[in-house]
Amino acid sequence: MSRILQSAGERRAETHPLTWRLHDDQSPVLLEEYLDTQGYAAVTKALEQHTYESLTEEVKSANLRGRGGAGFSAGFKWSLTMKGEGVPRGYIVCNADEMEPGTFKDRLLMEQQPHLLIEGMILAGIANRAKQGYIFLRGEYHLAAAAIQRALADARADGWLGADVRGSGWDFDIALHTGAGRYICGEETALINSLEGKRANPRAKPPFPGQSGAWGLPTVVNNVETLCNVPGIVNHGADWFQALSGDLSSDGGTKLYGVSGKVNNPGLWELPMGTTGNRILELAGGMRDGLTLKSWLPGGGSTGFLLPEHLELALDFDTIGKTGSRMGTGLLTVVADNQSMVSLTRNLEEFFSRESCGWCTPCRDGLPWSVKLLRALEAGEGEAGDIELLEQMARDLGPGKTFCAHAPGAAMPLASAIHYFRDEFERGITRPKGEAHADPIPVGSV
Amino acid sequence: MTTTATIGTTIASDGFALDPADREMILEERGHYPYPQAACIEALKIVQKRHGHVPDGAIPAIAETLGIRVADVEGVATFYSLIFRQPVGRHVILICDSSSCFLTDYEELRDAFTEHLGIQMGQTTADGRFTLLPVCCLGACDRGPTILIGEDLHGPVTPGEIPRLLEAYA
Ligand SMILES: Cc1cc2nc3c(=O)[nH]c(=O)nc-3n(C[C@H](O)[C@H](O)[C@H](O)COP(=O)(O)O)c2cc1C
Ligand code: SF4
Ligand code: FES
Repeated sequence: MSRILQSAGERRAETHPLTWRLHDDQSPVLLEEYLDTQGYAAVTKALEQHTYESLTEEVKSANLRGRGGAGFSAGFKWSLTMKGEGVPRGYIVCNADEMEPGTFKDRLLMEQQPHLLIEGMILAGIANRAKQGYIFLRGEYHLAAAAIQRALADARADGWLGADVRGSGWDFDIALHTGAGRYICGEETALINSLEGKRANPRAKPPFPGQSGAWGLPTVVNNVETLCNVPGIVNHGADWFQALSGDLSSDGGTKLYGVSGKVNNPGLWELPMGTTGNRILELAGGMRDGLTLKSWLPGGGSTGFLLPEHLELALDFDTIGKTGSRMGTGLLTVVADNQSMVSLTRNLEEFFSRESCGWCTPCRDGLPWSVKLLRALEAGEGEAGDIELLEQMARDLGPGKTFCAHAPGAAMPLASAIHYFRDEFERGITRPKGEAHADPIPVGSV
Repeated sequence: MTTTATIGTTIASDGFALDPADREMILEERGHYPYPQAACIEALKIVQKRHGHVPDGAIPAIAETLGIRVADVEGVATFYSLIFRQPVGRHVILICDSSSCFLTDYEELRDAFTEHLGIQMGQTTADGRFTLLPVCCLGACDRGPTILIGEDLHGPVTPGEIPRLLEAYA
């Protein structure tokens, strides 16, 4: 069972579109209750009042930006999907592979409110003229799988899925696909390969999935939280969605923000997009055990470290992007003053190294090498030049040098940790350059 | 020893016979996708559910059932971390080793597990009860450090709790 979503005040439909229906006991919102609380009203409205173009336009003008981490406009993505008369109908794929270190938001939505996701997927299906949806769920999310299976069956029995949806003459169904591990499955083209029953190596782009995705058909991949925002937009309109974040951000809507690490009250909150890090950390009760905050990751292991002074910034895609980091998933990981940046960076690069799909050289070979260097620094056995070498590696792993964004994701915490905390890395250097080491450090089990 | 011929390949099936019920389930899974290859991962999971792991002989058996190449099944079976190609314990303990759990003392917890069970990560206890494996962020970072035993998520787990926690898993 996931932790209770925490309230920063009363949750209402108009202000907390993602979480207002949730129960304090964390039990799932079942079909009947969902229907009683405006559930599937957006599907009815879309079928009666929208064309696929006008539906896409509504989501585009709401400026709903992808909550999977990249912040790409969902409506804009949908406008690029190949569709129309004579084009074969393709797929909506929900990216429910949530494995980004520090991220625990999609699980809550799926375990407790699966119908909201299904409704969002049906709407995405209408807007993109898809014939079938797949929920690509990571294999370890057993509770979410059960909640989704039940919700799919209930929705189908009530006519919201299947042939002739609610007598509209339109057909659309959704199936659950559960994964078998590997972080790389979350990369959208690797995810499509995995869905097809192949090894999860990413695909070259172009063609983009919207042109040729799963089984060669137009395919839209969206994150769970992104899709869960769509019913509210259709019900209340793009202007309402924009207004949710008020003056805080030009990105519309609310965001599931969270905090993990050594804080007093770790958890998850639905707050207006653009809420500051300070406010979120305050809700998390500040640092525990008399610790002081040293650094933080704004949205998962593939985002760059920031300093305490950055907590005053609005947490949205553009503002955090200007710092050189990324908002990513918007779930903060906090680092205390007594925790080593070198060790943490080593842990992160071990993760990226193990999870590399092995397709391209900088990622496959560079990451284990970076781990080896970081381990040496951690053990106080680094040699002069190691830090410069790590910096060079971070550049070589950067955008455009590899097949997918996994390597750039690995480069972000590495480069930023050295940038802000160079002294900690320097303390690990105890040998002049080139001097043979009596006791070579093993590359390890990466 | 029986052999199964598929397109261009002959692979020993090591006397492995697919359980008829599993075969039925795999064929049903095949119906959920436009192409049979897509049911491959699910097929491996079905076999693993019965046997605890995926024995080598299951690879050609799955290939034959789905009408796809042995190499394609083998390629998939060696890629995914939750497909086990060696026997594992009755209970697989997945310990999250990602950053938030690292910051909430995962390494201490991992060392306590290896010491308590007398095995290293990746190993299985001699009585075949437990296997220890690392796993990516379990999506419960607010409760770090976290572990998954079978289908049960636990967290935060402290080293002192380990003996009592494991009692539930015979
Ligand atoms: C290595 C890697 C892992 C990713 N993992 C996830 C994931 O688990 N969930 C997710 O929604 N997006 C993930 N993404 C981002 C997806 O590629 C894609 O941008 C996203 O699913 C698009 O949905 P959105 O626009 O709604 O955010 C990952 C990207 C990379 C490069
Ligand atoms: S960057 Fe890494 S994960 Fe991405 S395709 Fe290359 S090797 Fe695979
Ligand atoms: S980092 Fe361990 S559950 Fe997320």
